[in-house]
Amino acid sequence: MTDMLLNVTGLSAVSDREGGLPVLRDVSLSLKKGEVRGLVGESGAGKSTIAKAILGILPRTVRVTGGWINFKNRDLLAMKPQELRSIMGSEIALIPQDPQTALNPGRRIGAQLADGLRLKRGLSARAAEARALQLLADVQIRDPDRVMASFPHQLSGGMRQRVLIAAAFAVDPELVVADEPTTALDVTVQKEILRLIRRMQEAHGTGVLFVTHDLGIVAQICDSVTLLYAGKVIEEGPVRSVLENPQHAYTRALIAAGPRYDRPDAGLEPVPEEIFHALRQEIGIR
Amino acid sequence: MDRNLLVATGIEVTYGKRAGLFGGHTPTPVLHGVDIRIGRGQTIGIVGESGSGKTTLGRALLRLVDVSAGNITFDGEDITHIPENEMRPLRRRMQMIFQDPMASLNPRHTIRRILTGPLLLHGIAGDTAEALARVKAVLDRVSLPTACLDRYPHELSGGQRQRIGIARAVLMEPDFVLADEIVSGLDVSTQAQALKLLKELSRELGLAMAFISHDLSVIRAICDHVYVLQLGRIVEQGPCEQVFAAPSAAYTRALLDAIPLPEYDPGWLERKTEA
Repeated sequence: MTDMLLNVTGLSAVSDREGGLPVLRDVSLSLKKGEVRGLVGESGAGKSTIAKAILGILPRTVRVTGGWINFKNRDLLAMKPQELRSIMGSEIALIPQDPQTALNPGRRIGAQLADGLRLKRGLSARAAEARALQLLADVQIRDPDRVMASFPHQLSGGMRQRVLIAAAFAVDPELVVADEPTTALDVTVQKEILRLIRRMQEAHGTGVLFVTHDLGIVAQICDSVTLLYAGKVIEEGPVRSVLENPQHAYTRALIAAGPRYDRPDAGLEPVPEEIFHALRQEIGIR
Repeated sequence: MDRNLLVATGIEVTYGKRAGLFGGHTPTPVLHGVDIRIGRGQTIGIVGESGSGKTTLGRALLRLVDVSAGNITFDGEDITHIPENEMRPLRRRMQMIFQDPMASLNPRHTIRRILTGPLLLHGIAGDTAEALARVKAVLDRVSLPTACLDRYPHELSGGQRQRIGIARAVLMEPDFVLADEIVSGLDVSTQAQALKLLKELSRELGLAMAFISHDLSVIRAICDHVYVLQLGRIVEQGPCEQVFAAPSAAYTRALLDAIPLPEYDPGWLERKTEA
């Protein structure tokens, strides 16, 4: 079991805002070193809640009622805040959804990257700046000097996302949580960003938990996948077998519901109501 | 009768042209001579990435922005420069479904008021009872319960609100509907519901539609004909069967190759198509 990086076991949580409604129901998933796992589901499925629980940033209204999150055999849920702080941003990093709000609008990119390196890696100001420049080159930014001196609003969305990928991998983390990192981007830019994440992940041997609602993205970037509905794991396994041989009727219907440019008749059949009905019964939602 | 319902020729739109009090802005051209033809009952797709000018084009077709060159005819009538009072009777026949139904439905009005109001205003229904009867029939068609009538927009789900937006448009018995990115925020299943409904409605009612999207897969599901817009120019157009089977523009190929399909394709990520 030495190559196991993350083990979520029986994780359950309720939302106090919605009168104790369960938002995670006995969720288990695992991630090996260097594995990319897709966490997929429609809105409200709980994929972001799992990501937030791992990062220790659950909103106050969500309460964990059971389970463990073992990261390298240490339970993140049982850790003291200062222990968590030493892990987050060094062993575990985040690539956020919205590159607009994740960067400080009032500071230059170079300074923001260097801050993190000084704080988390203990580099001197000069060494941090040199390292930041190298990191920007690593994420294939052609003109790293200009980007270092830029404010976030002077960069395109794709460029800002590259900067955040650089920042995530800057600390050489073992686990990266990517929370729908391409939703705000055009498709051609999205493909570049997906390619970059995969390359960085391979180069660093990082485990990635990739949160998305897009089964196409899962197919193209992930090794394994966990599909959720209403906070419950519906299906999980290697990407290829789940897509080519889905075991659950909901998985099959969800794949069939998506439009495809290579099939004129795809994208017009919603998941049948009977399947949702059966799902709710199976999960125990009245 | 002309086969074409809406014809736009050589459309140019420039933003920031008027000099303001403090000197104004440099004019920014966003459309450079765009030609579009929409047949009666035909659904066309307009696809492009952000900044391509697709939303501006849609607005120009409905005369919601002024064109700086080119002309637009609707049902044989040149509407390029007609004043708003002459435009108004045509507005009923040219409806729009918006991207964000929450922003386009008055939050203080019940669904009943949102849907019956325009029917009475445009004189489509003679009285409240008739308006309500029409609304109930359309609600049934879009699979929403009559109980929705006494709800406010925020009490409905995203998919339900989108169906209210569709119901509102078709209630006006339009000839043409413009739908701008109306499924982009929806879950896959809800999206399929909306697409299926629109496709059926356009056939049943003989509606012409312009469907604006950044997603070629969505266009494929619902359109007969597609226009590919890049930086304010049409770089390719044609029947969907043709464009999707054998795209001729490098940009169209790049857009298609960038869409991840839910199937095992180990070479996809590293495959590069230059636009």
